[in-house]
Amino acid sequence: MTDVSFSEKPAEREAQMGDYIALFKPRVMSLVVFTALVGLLAAPVSVHPVVAFSSILFIAIGAGASGALNMWWDADIDAVMRRTVGRPIPSGRVQAGEALYLGVALSGLSVMMLALAANLLAAAMLAFTIFFYAVVYSMWLKRSTPQNIVIGGAAGAFPPVIGWIVATGSFSIEAWLMFALIFMWTPPHFWALALFMKSDYDDAGVPMLTVTHGRRTTRAHIIVYTVLLAVLAVGTGFTAIGGPLYLATAVLLNALFLKGAWDIWRRDEPRAEADSYGTERKFFRLSLWYLFAHFGAILIEAALRPYGLGGW
Amino acid sequence: MTIKAEHEIHTRRKSRNVGVGLMLAGFVVLVMALTFVKITQSNFELPAAEGSASGAGDQ
Repeated sequence: MTDVSFSEKPAEREAQMGDYIALFKPRVMSLVVFTALVGLLAAPVSVHPVVAFSSILFIAIGAGASGALNMWWDADIDAVMRRTVGRPIPSGRVQAGEALYLGVALSGLSVMMLALAANLLAAAMLAFTIFFYAVVYSMWLKRSTPQNIVIGGAAGAFPPVIGWIVATGSFSIEAWLMFALIFMWTPPHFWALALFMKSDYDDAGVPMLTVTHGRRTTRAHIIVYTVLLAVLAVGTGFTAIGGPLYLATAVLLNALFLKGAWDIWRRDEPRAEADSYGTERKFFRLSLWYLFAHFGAILIEAALRPYGLGGW
Repeated sequence: MTIKAEHEIHTRRKSRNVGVGLMLAGFVVLVMALTFVKITQSNFELPAAEGSASGAGDQ
């Protein structure tokens, strides 16, 4: 993992286990674990608990590995953004090379083990997801187009599809609906963040929509995506993975989300600055609950189904 | 320079070493459990004994 120093003088700050875990972006991993688990449990095929646990673990390791690769590649821009300056590489706790080796090794391990634990298609999808996040998003889109978040959001949307494939061994429309839910949720979630993390992306030269097209356009984009997301989220309520509980959750949360997007759209910069981007921050916090509640409702519908209660 | 049995690097890297050790142990247990589940499933089939017949003919 790293070189061994025989110097009598201890290093100022030795990288600890927590620093390596931070490389894997634990908060992103928790979202990946949760959505992949929902995809696996919502599928109409039961999976042995050990196989399910192993599969989710290897999906999580794959996600963590792609996070480490992202941190290795983005170390230069992480160092100039307030939000990311404390990450293990820019803060000097972990060497960039270590993140690269760890990312590559764990990517290979996770894909290989998922193939053994579940099936080849699930492993192939995990490999594609890692490639998409590390290469397509991090190395290519992030620094070249303001649509980086839109297309790159697909990487975060694949886990429920992989979970579904672990159980069924094939694709289905329900799996792609869960994919679409995360895919459409990602842009308003990140653009709200970009609005209140004001100078970060500017300083780093990342062509976020706020930088290339301005804040007015970003606010308009947020409301357009939120409207499309609401149609999709509520529509999903009438499919095989939906049900009364999911539909009620979707209607309530999308009403709140639309209200938040409307408030953001109506505001201009002086008003936003006057309350330190309170509305944008509130919308961002709501977006976290939004995704958790939708997938939680899908999970509950699936859990109730054997008792004749979930679904339609 | 002598390498002591308890070099300061052991203390310095204790959390890393313990963490890696626990993860490896967990991985071994997981692979064992996974293997057990796979071979006790009703649809498990032993791979065909490839080459046993042809191997004898090659002698």
